[in-house]
Amino acid sequence: MSIGWNREEMAARAAQDIPDGSYVNLGIGIPELVAKFVPEGREFIYHTENGMLGMGPPPAEEERDLDLMNAGKKYVSAVPGAAYFHHADSFSMIRGGHIDVCVLGTMQVAANGDIANWSTGEPGAIPAVGGAMDLVQGVKNIYVITQHTTKTGEPKLVERCSYPLTGPGVVSRIYTNLAVVDVTPQGFQVVELAPGVTFEEVERQTGAAISPPDS
Amino acid sequence: MIDKRYPSVTAAVASIQDGATVMIGGFGASGSPVELIHALIDHGASDLTVVNNNTGNGEVGLAALIRNGQVRKMICSFPRSSQSKVFPELYREGRIELELVPQGTLAERIRAAGAGIPAFYTPTTVGTILAEGKELRTFDGRTYVMEPWLRADFALVKCELSDPVGNLTYNKTARNFSPLMCMAATTTIVQARKVVPAGGIDPEHVITPGIFVDRVVEVTDPVHEDVLIAAGRSYP
Repeated sequence: MSIGWNREEMAARAAQDIPDGSYVNLGIGIPELVAKFVPEGREFIYHTENGMLGMGPPPAEEERDLDLMNAGKKYVSAVPGAAYFHHADSFSMIRGGHIDVCVLGTMQVAANGDIANWSTGEPGAIPAVGGAMDLVQGVKNIYVITQHTTKTGEPKLVERCSYPLTGPGVVSRIYTNLAVVDVTPQGFQVVELAPGVTFEEVERQTGAAISPPDS
Repeated sequence: MIDKRYPSVTAAVASIQDGATVMIGGFGASGSPVELIHALIDHGASDLTVVNNNTGNGEVGLAALIRNGQVRKMICSFPRSSQSKVFPELYREGRIELELVPQGTLAERIRAAGAGIPAFYTPTTVGTILAEGKELRTFDGRTYVMEPWLRADFALVKCELSDPVGNLTYNKTARNFSPLMCMAATTTIVQARKVVPAGGIDPEHVITPGIFVDRVVEVTDPVHEDVLIAAGRSYP
């Protein structure tokens, strides 16, 4: 039985930290759920790296346009005020520091902010990177949403990533099922614990030194 | 009056030679020039280097070109997906080469070629295995990796509207890499859903100016890769 926040609650918690008017890029998986939990009174503009600002929710099947997809190759809609553009413009928005927040899933994140979310490096695996390396180097704030451990209980918050890096020292905040964790110059620090979760539980499931919340 | 129209997709791809580098527009199924790719399969040119974000889906379009043994090397950012089986099999058997390029770097390398810029510096891949062996340089205290331009002999592109001089518009996110590829190829071949007379596209609305386009074929009712895959089709 899992404890702490579920997937929706993790996404909702992350949404709380995104300021009104932000340009936001959401990764595939739990990060996509952030769009369902925009806090009252705020508006986010979603960027999808295949070439659109103002991405809206999935359309009803009869309203689908087969030429309107997101970066996860799912059909989406366009909100009023949306814009289309080619890939070089889209990645100029990313590399040029114009996107405010990117929320990503991960395989590992390290106490120094390194992230590894594109390859396990296993021989025989087909390497596929997409836009992940561009996003982590270019977007102003890199947030990660992830389960605190793998399905087999291995820590995903680690001292040093053992998988190939997507980018070094880029992650600022992590939302897990157990806690909100900041990456500080001194390493991991818990900002907030999920209801019913103790700091000792977080510490036990973390593969690196981690500091308790400031009291 | 300049007229870049070709009578058929067959005629438009006939000069693609063995060993050519071919850029193919599209991001997944959206914007994929399926009719031009199928014409290239019929044409049979082999030993190709293909530039695309992905490696095709199912057994139509780009995946069918690869399955037909015409592609020696893929240059792409994301060579697998839930519906891509052809490339992964050949890759594991060592029968096709892969140059993996991050998506933004891929776009910028293509754009740079079209703009006559032989290389540029980007922070993307710094500190990762994809930067190994590449030139690093520091600007204002931050480290960047040098990436070269990426040129091609041909580009195959799908657009929405064209006029006879090759001014183009696109449909929604089907635009993706296509305007960049039009700039970067020696010969750009376009399939347009509709060819309108000169003046039929407001000059303010032109996305790809005709200077970047060489051949235009009207394909009035283009098939969509997702529709072919859902129907279980393969090509040929």
